[in-house]
Amino acid sequence: MFDYGMFKFSSKEEVIEKSIAYWNPGKTKFWRDSGIDLVIDKREGYVIHDMDGKRLIDLHINGGTFNFGHRNTELIDTLKIALDHFDIGNHWFPSVARTALAEALVKVCPGFDYAFFTPGGAEAIDVAIKSARYATQRRKIISIIKGYHGHSGLSMATGDARFSKIFLSDRPDEFIQVPFNDLAAMERALSSRDIAAVILETIPATYGFPMPHDGYNQSVKALCEQYGALYIADEVQTGLLRTGEMWGWQSYGVQPDIFVNAKGISGGIYPFAITMLTKRTGAWMEEDGAAHISTSGGAEPGCFVALKVLEILKRPEVRANVQYLTRYFGDAFRDMVQSDGDVIVGLRQKGVVMGVEFAHPEGAVHASRALYENGVWAIFSSLDKRVLQFKPGVLMSYALAEEVVDRFRVALPRMRELIAQAPSVRSAA
Amino acid sequence: MATETAKLNFTSHSDTHGAMLDRARWAATTFARYDRAATLKIARAVAQAAHSQAARYAEWAVRETGFGVVGHKRLKNELCSLGIFETHKNTDWTGPTIDRDRKLVRIGRPAGVILALTPSTNPVATVFFKTILALLTRNAIIICPHPAAKACCADAADLLAAEAVKAGAPDGVIQVVREPSIPALEGLMGDERVDLVVATGGPAVVRAAYRSGTPALGVGPGNGPVYVDSSADLTAAAARIVESKSFDNSILCTNESVVLAENAIADQLLNTLRAAGAHVCSPGERESLRAFLWSDKGFNVGAIGKDAAVIARACGFTIAGDAKILLVPIDRLLPEEHFTREKLCPVLGFAPVGGVDEAIRAARSMTRKSGGGHSAAIHSQNETTIMTYAAAVSALRTVVNAPCSQGAAGFGTNLGPTMTIGTGFMGGSALGENLTPASLMNWSSIAYPTDERVPFGNFEGLTPWQTPNSIVSVPSQLARSVPALDELALLREQIRSLVRDELKSALGRT
Ligand SMILES: Cc1ncc(COP(=O)(O)O)c(C=O)c1O
Repeated sequence: MFDYGMFKFSSKEEVIEKSIAYWNPGKTKFWRDSGIDLVIDKREGYVIHDMDGKRLIDLHINGGTFNFGHRNTELIDTLKIALDHFDIGNHWFPSVARTALAEALVKVCPGFDYAFFTPGGAEAIDVAIKSARYATQRRKIISIIKGYHGHSGLSMATGDARFSKIFLSDRPDEFIQVPFNDLAAMERALSSRDIAAVILETIPATYGFPMPHDGYNQSVKALCEQYGALYIADEVQTGLLRTGEMWGWQSYGVQPDIFVNAKGISGGIYPFAITMLTKRTGAWMEEDGAAHISTSGGAEPGCFVALKVLEILKRPEVRANVQYLTRYFGDAFRDMVQSDGDVIVGLRQKGVVMGVEFAHPEGAVHASRALYENGVWAIFSSLDKRVLQFKPGVLMSYALAEEVVDRFRVALPRMRELIAQAPSVRSAA
Repeated sequence: MATETAKLNFTSHSDTHGAMLDRARWAATTFARYDRAATLKIARAVAQAAHSQAARYAEWAVRETGFGVVGHKRLKNELCSLGIFETHKNTDWTGPTIDRDRKLVRIGRPAGVILALTPSTNPVATVFFKTILALLTRNAIIICPHPAAKACCADAADLLAAEAVKAGAPDGVIQVVREPSIPALEGLMGDERVDLVVATGGPAVVRAAYRSGTPALGVGPGNGPVYVDSSADLTAAAARIVESKSFDNSILCTNESVVLAENAIADQLLNTLRAAGAHVCSPGERESLRAFLWSDKGFNVGAIGKDAAVIARACGFTIAGDAKILLVPIDRLLPEEHFTREKLCPVLGFAPVGGVDEAIRAARSMTRKSGGGHSAAIHSQNETTIMTYAAAVSALRTVVNAPCSQGAAGFGTNLGPTMTIGTGFMGGSALGENLTPASLMNWSSIAYPTDERVPFGNFEGLTPWQTPNSIVSVPSQLARSVPALDELALLREQIRSLVRDELKSALGRT
């Protein structure tokens, strides 16, 4: 019996059945059919437990949501204390918490003047696109093929057709896609001079973290300037020290006109997202500050959590930890490419943003499963199944990092076995 | 201004120490793979940096704590930096060491993450001392200073950390707790991520260290008896005792507490002590001193490390300009006599005794409740007396014909300079010797059968830490920039003579 006070379940099977019946049949069945029968129950730090008690080290961290681990005690304490005085507040009015957070954010985002708050990343992207359209008085948006920015109206329109066509919501006339790392294609698209903005994940996450070629981001920004378009950086997965710098764009030396962060800024405990704007890109707020409204955007308890997130990220110890993790996993995978090159062929890495490349075109799906069986939860890239998203949180300790590598190595024979059994074994280039 | 504020208090909910411990673990894991040359390069650079700032931190420590004498603190800072490095650098704390005859190879295994508590009495000297020992043995160290000395200690730790990294040490190898407090300390000591606690401080702190469940080296307080028998050179003995008691105003826990003078020479010794700079207190002065130094709450912290003249003034009497210590004749060598207890200030008890047996009884009585296992001194030419005394008193080091403050701390003796005196089992400690690098590490042994038919392996020239699957890469700037040992001979000689000169001036004559 699983008793959660307000509800009870007799077994995990019951949860899964009812989840199919009442919540989301497709998602629930997908995992069940992939051999990953996970219902996350207890969670602490970078470790999650399935309802059955199975312990897993979380390397998925839901794209950086659990950058500081699950139920980080400092963040939880912060939220609890904030709730002694605040609720989500009233979006119509200025507020102490929103003002304090906005000021703190502007201070850690050189070149930016305003912080706009929404409850989720997708809406924050919508705000970014709207702001760019207002500032340029142009409509068209360029994004990257296999880029991912969320599922609200405008953010979804920038993404893979799989998510828009199903809802009859694709808008190819206003949303143009070009291949990643292809400057010529980018320039061709921009040269029509009717583009409001280019939106780029600083490193495309759902695509499996292909690394931008040297100078790519900077060149895109230069092309934007040349053709009168704005540069929007989607920093949802690359912000908050994950690339080694506070913001990924800082790692690549590019200054966006707008950027978006979400997931990690919520500390995994209070939904929150931000759109950072300049005087120019935030100008619509002078004309009509209520032109974009979000009742739970900037909810005040979340402001406290976000402030604490920023405070933790400023600690020199945390920056040091990221550097050590970066080096440690870099070394470990370099060794594995040498010793097990038939399975693993490379590591894409910027800080703790990593993608493990497999020889087999669906290698990461099998790896995900083999790791799951061996106590590690890491998800494949849904838009490139050759690549496993490998995303340790910035506070991961040496002991846990060492355990991750141990488990990875133990799981390698199982990966090899699953890959060999896969229906279409094609050897990699 | 708000008429009413929320008064939300977030301060107790910060966990900066967890991040610190994690950083230290990375550093320790990386550092444990450094070879001897790279390790020595780092320890040397840090010792030199510490030495160059000895005067500044001496002044700062006295200003911040109000304890001690700037000149003496400077000397301690110097000895606890380059002095410590020179003392230990020729021993291999890294390995591998090969013993062909015994078919053994030993590989150094650092403790890992060391939590070092440093006292308010010898703040920066202890920071220097423990840090250099930790570096020599490839450990990461987190310094938790006494709150009364936190600013000078944090500044010193930052300086050493920057120098260490500049010399190639891994990031985070030296860190400091900036806001030390009892709860913070207890949390740290009990944290599984700490491998070893090295506690120098009051008995409460030392006991807490042992209670924490983490391996700990804590040392207890002292209360040194000094016996002077009729065979001693009284003039020399008196000079050494005054020198020792006035050294940093008796702030080293190795200072003499009570002079036990053999009856036959007691009066003469009293006069010699007076001539050497002791103010001999009248019974009235003794009672004002007693009232000033002790209360229900224990020893008056305000007296610690203060000049004799300052203490006398506070007690309502004046002393001659050249008097450096206050000598207090007492007649009852029993625990209820306050002056038989530890006094970290230039106040020294004085009592005649019948001979070595009575001296031993008095010495043992003095240290029965507190001060056991620490230090004792004797001034004598008689080896039998010396041996009998050393074997019977409750002390793990008895210095002969030398100032005890300095001598028991290893300055001018071959005990090895230290700021951490092991008080052993009789002093409630797991450490009996003065803290050395050996205390901060273990050795892994490779052992072959003694059977002569089994050959011993050839380990010559093998380096244990350059395995192909290097776990954390050593920063590249380390690459072979270590100077050859020959180039250092000159520097070494300079340092040696410097240390020698300083010792000479500190100890008067040697
Ligand atoms: C890069 C990127 N942008 C935007 C989003 C959308 O964020 P949310 O799910 O909070 O709407 C995501 C979510 O996965 C993302 O990874």
